Amino acid sequence: MASVSVCQYHSGGFSFENCKRNALLEADINKLGFSSPAARKTGTTICGVVYKDGVVLGADTRATEGMVVADKNCSKIHYISPNIYCCGAGTAADTEMTTQIISSNLELHSLSTGRLPRVTTANRMLKQMLFRYQGYIGAALVLGGVDCNGPHLYSIYPHGSTDKLPYVTMGSGSLAAMAVFEDRYRPNMEEEEAKRLVRDAIAAGIFNDLGSGSNIDLCVITKGNVDYLRPHDMANKKGVRTGSYRYKHGTTGVLTKAVTPLNLEVVEESVQTMDTS
Amino acid sequence: KTRPFFSEFRVHSTTIMAVEFEGGVVIGADSRTTTGAYIANRVTDKLTPIHERIFCCRSGSAADTQAIADAVTYQLGFHSIELDEAPLVQTAASLFREMCYRYREELMAGIIVAGWDPRRGGQVYTVPVGGMMTRQPVSVGGSGSSYIYGYVDSNYRAGMSKEECLKFTAEALALAMERDGSSGGVVRLAVISEQGVERQAILGNQLPKFSTV
Repeated sequence: MASVSVCQYHSGGFSFENCKRNALLEADINKLGFSSPAARKTGTTICGVVYKDGVVLGADTRATEGMVVADKNCSKIHYISPNIYCCGAGTAADTEMTTQIISSNLELHSLSTGRLPRVTTANRMLKQMLFRYQGYIGAALVLGGVDCNGPHLYSIYPHGSTDKLPYVTMGSGSLAAMAVFEDRYRPNMEEEEAKRLVRDAIAAGIFNDLGSGSNIDLCVITKGNVDYLRPHDMANKKGVRTGSYRYKHGTTGVLTKAVTPLNLEVVEESVQTMDTS
Repeated sequence: KTRPFFSEFRVHSTTIMAVEFEGGVVIGADSRTTTGAYIANRVTDKLTPIHERIFCCRSGSAADTQAIADAVTYQLGFHSIELDEAPLVQTAASLFREMCYRYREELMAGIIVAGWDPRRGGQVYTVPVGGMMTRQPVSVGGSGSSYIYGYVDSNYRAGMSKEECLKFTAEALALAMERDGSSGGVVRLAVISEQGVERQAILGNQLPKFSTV
């Protein structure tokens, strides 16, 4: 295979030995009565739409660890290249690292070809990596960007299958967001209409899905320009507390007071400077 | 040992079909991809070009069939450049068979390879789950195929024209989509012959109707 690339490509298959070991460890831990820590997942609603001049990507900002919100304002729209961004749903670490790896390889590839990277290239790299790991990397992605062939939008599933469509949604809130898209999507929308549509789709996910919440981030990609709007809409501002449960000073009466002074004297004092240059 | 089937897998649960006629082949597929009970893509294109006049119809796991098709497209393209002539449909089918049989334990892919080459004209080869390969004049595949074996066996005649084959395929697929929950959307058709490839899509309201209930 003729390839003049400098990026580190994986050779040989993936060894699944560690997966067997992990399953055994999991069983052992469960026998002792403990449960292994849950991976932080982005419950998520992410979506993307192709409009007249480019693509609009949208995402909510809630990251969950089981039933608890781990991060109220996490960033799910990841940078791949100056003209390509990727929203990630699924296991937060997986989406973060996968997009970073492909972003790095794509930059090397772009320097090697001397051209702006194409969205289909990023799609190929992502799908081949995810297929190699047979779904064990829990990353469901919405990849969008504008290149020399126009605007493109892909949805990429953890097992490595992809779809190229004019509008896509992913994540636990994808059904709510897709309902909004199926109702109001039209081909060749204007930018404001497209941003409103994506905002409403993410809002549908935020308010109807427990795994999604907080703010709406938007990323508008056109030829030669990217608007990263974070946050585009703070749909869930923290309210102002209207009551106060503080007790006034003197509410609890003091019966007795005993003061015991601790006699401490400085014995030795040494200063060690650190070279921080 | 069989691989457990999770609903998180995206599958082309599908109906796919291919028919040989004098001068080429007609291939067709539905357009539904499901994740459990949710339709992840209602306008999927399951007729994938492998070479200029060779296509494959994909059913089974979406990820597996996309990866296999990409790999075979690369191998066939390389082979064709080395030979400096158009590849044979049998070669493409053999490449699919090699991969599907070698990795039969890990894959879930039912593929129909169809196309036209100068040596043997229009050909249809079926490579079902497990990795067998055989040439058939007409072949159906996917979960919806169970419902139309009777229709296909009783209505297929050797020596049909291109238009008759298109009508036959469209009606068979429409019947399968009507009965199989995992098939639906639009009917995608393609005619591959010496002249090239003509593609068409039959949308919901234009599908052939059978039942008045």
